[in-house]
Amino acid sequence: MADAIKAGGVLLAVENIALAFGGVRALSDVTFEVREGEIRAIIGPNGAGKSSMLNVINGVYHPQQGTVRFRGEIRRSMDPHFAASHGIARTFQNIALFKGMSVLDNIMTGRNLKMHAGLLEQAFYIGRNRREELAHRAKVEEIIDFLQIEHIRKTPVGRLPYGLQKRVELARALAAEPALLLLDEPMAGMNVEEKQDMCRFILDVNDEFSTTIVLIEHDMGVVMDICDRIVVLDYGRKIGDGTPDEIRSNKGVIDAYLGLSH
Amino acid sequence: MKGPDTRDAPASQNFPALLLHHAANQGDRTAIREKDLGIWQSWTWEQVADEVRALACGLAAQGFRRGMNLAIIGDNRPRLYWSFAAAQCLGGVPVPMYQDAVAQEMLYVLDNAEIQYAVVEDQEQVDKLLELLPKYPNLKHIFYDDPRGLRHYTQPQLMPYDRLRELGVEYNRDHPGFFDGAVGTVQPDDVCVMLYTSGTTSKPKGVCLTHAALIAAARGDVAFDGFGPSDEILSYLPMAWVGDHLFSYAQALVAGFTVNCPESSETAMNDLREIGPTYYFAPPRIFENLLTTVMIRMEDASRIKRGLFHYFMAIARRCGAELMDGKPVPLSDRMLYRLGDLLIYAPLRNSLGMSRLRVAYTGGAAIGPDLYRFYRSIGINLKQLYGQTETAAYVCKQPNGEAKLDTVGKPMPGVEVRITGKGEIWVKTPSMLKEYYKRSDASAESISPDGYFMTGDAGFFDKDGHLKIIDRANDVGKLANGALFAPQFIENKLKFYSYVKEAVCFGDRREMVCAFINIDLQAVGNWAEKRNLAYSGYLDLTRRTEVYELILACIEQVNADLARESELASSQVRRFLILHKELDADDDELTRTRKVRRGFVAEKYAPLIDALFSGKTGCHIATEVKFEDGRRGTIEADIKIQDVMASEPGREAA
Repeated sequence: MADAIKAGGVLLAVENIALAFGGVRALSDVTFEVREGEIRAIIGPNGAGKSSMLNVINGVYHPQQGTVRFRGEIRRSMDPHFAASHGIARTFQNIALFKGMSVLDNIMTGRNLKMHAGLLEQAFYIGRNRREELAHRAKVEEIIDFLQIEHIRKTPVGRLPYGLQKRVELARALAAEPALLLLDEPMAGMNVEEKQDMCRFILDVNDEFSTTIVLIEHDMGVVMDICDRIVVLDYGRKIGDGTPDEIRSNKGVIDAYLGLSH
Repeated sequence: MKGPDTRDAPASQNFPALLLHHAANQGDRTAIREKDLGIWQSWTWEQVADEVRALACGLAAQGFRRGMNLAIIGDNRPRLYWSFAAAQCLGGVPVPMYQDAVAQEMLYVLDNAEIQYAVVEDQEQVDKLLELLPKYPNLKHIFYDDPRGLRHYTQPQLMPYDRLRELGVEYNRDHPGFFDGAVGTVQPDDVCVMLYTSGTTSKPKGVCLTHAALIAAARGDVAFDGFGPSDEILSYLPMAWVGDHLFSYAQALVAGFTVNCPESSETAMNDLREIGPTYYFAPPRIFENLLTTVMIRMEDASRIKRGLFHYFMAIARRCGAELMDGKPVPLSDRMLYRLGDLLIYAPLRNSLGMSRLRVAYTGGAAIGPDLYRFYRSIGINLKQLYGQTETAAYVCKQPNGEAKLDTVGKPMPGVEVRITGKGEIWVKTPSMLKEYYKRSDASAESISPDGYFMTGDAGFFDKDGHLKIIDRANDVGKLANGALFAPQFIENKLKFYSYVKEAVCFGDRREMVCAFINIDLQAVGNWAEKRNLAYSGYLDLTRRTEVYELILACIEQVNADLARESELASSQVRRFLILHKELDADDDELTRTRKVRRGFVAEKYAPLIDALFSGKTGCHIATEVKFEDGRRGTIEADIKIQDVMASEPGREAA
């Protein structure tokens, strides 16, 4: 049950974004904003440009036109390093974890940008690193506790079932303590139980840490249930923007999903 | 580090006094640990005493008085254990409840025990209690430990543990003599805990045990096994169960050893490995699960490793248990066993977390002969014990060197065991219950005029003075031809096979014996995978012809066993079916301690029983199931029924 629109300032605004790969127009004139503390979904049929949109927000792709404004600061082209160190974290559709490392270590890598000790200090566990390591470990353990993955903390990620790997992905993104969390199809490939768990965790993250969340999702049930507002893309254009109820009754959106050209 | 000898903690006739004794005499030793956020956090005896003082004062400040009952609900957590002590300090009675009980079950206990105050672990328990408030508005105070998820809850009954503790520290400061005064008024005859029996046949009853009773039991156990402050146990069994209360609370306070609480029930086996306890209890099914996991992984090992394993396990089977019991063993076998210990047994014990184990106990159900021998043969001193909630789990134990397979040991010091004419076991002991709470009728029914508790178990003493349990006295019946029918005896034999998780036999006043079988998903699933049998889940597995044949083979073996004894030859299993779903405590088919509710199951599955005894080859059934959140659903299936060949009754085995 989506809550009423949360009152919060605009955290992220994308304006007139146009992205093309050669002749392919991935995004055309897309404008929307994300308010602080809300859960925003980007939906649309396959090939609509959703992942591209996420990649633009986080700086992996640079749009030919348009701007991304994060926390009031305009960036003509965001870059991933800036995004990550200023509070934007993301997960990937195909899991991008280090398969040979344990769950604990993978989540620790999410703390990377917060580690200030030098190479030598880290190698020999001296000085700043000693103090930092404990603090980082404590934070990582809190996340492990939060996502209920204590029983697999030492297991190499490659050995885990898909649903748990996705949870570890989420944990790693949370380790960066982001203000804005970008989730690319977090429920893909999950069964009903796993989806319910993941929904619960996403809602908890939003509630307990006040993290703003933007997610791409295909499962309409999930989207309608947990999201505050939705952006609908089709062929790179925005064709809908509003609350779940508004989107549900939007004729343009329905047509797009049914494949009717318009 | 060997601490001061507190084995004869003198003149400590109640648990609060024992706690204060340890705080004074070995205040620096670790009393309890909890794995939290990945590391083991510990508290010394002195710290525990302080925490209990703060908690008790907090409860007093909130109006908790002598004679009141305090509900305690959650997993094994230090703060919840301290709640027991805090309630006792104030002359109140702690009432632990099963953490996996659904709201309805809890309602009965809350009402019966007139609970106004409850200390609970987390949001899950809080939610269940809040759900019950409309039906039971008498619950005025709910103190919770883990605040996760409870930030937006505004109910006036709720208070976080930390706040309660703060109030307690203030109260203690403002009333300096209060705590010591309260502890001073605790009498050995006061009820120190109320444990509700699981109730296989009726509503649960509150068993009231006194300080004197539990301390007597704990002292007896501690003397018998030589427990002391340097022992370590893992506390992972439900606090509402008498066994855990005896081991993790009573014995811990008498002997002064360290209690370790695992991070969660999923990590319990892993935490067992990390702690390496010196003393361990588990019901037979946990020992079986451990063994099944080991065997499954062994099947995946390389040929050399498997070869080594099987070779040395044969040696262990031959002489391992005898070596442990100090019996004569030929030199060649001794040397081979030594080698095996180096290569196989010690690493195996290590991976099970049992390297430092001095003694392990099991009880509550029968244990399979192979299983029992396995553990004993690799150097784990596994023994059996017998007792029930009403006797503080303190009736019989097997002494070292006398760990026979099918007995529960000899009566403990101070315990009198009598077998009545009908074969029922009666027990008289200082560790008995004082009464059933508000149930003088039940008390009169179960306690004889000369003070014996009627256990309801049928049994007899063997020639070595060991007690052997046959079955529940009420369940022992007769077949139509007059032959003895002891269902649990047959069911235990069936359950010794790892493929059979649960079995229920019917045959009282019938022509033959028929059985319901629950297959074990892990064991049978693994078996199926090894044969490249694809299956889509539990229900699918239960329908397969191959699985029926697998179970048929197990039943035929059991029948051959039964055929060897003339009194049991007619109770061979003649027909069986595999149930489409596991029997579950949430559906009231099992008690919270996993015992089958025979009467209820017979009623619920009556159509299946009729089909079994009327010769049908199959039966359709629709069963109602309850999900953990209380919702209901139905599972329907067509269940196949299979006939079994009986073995020829043979001569009595030697």
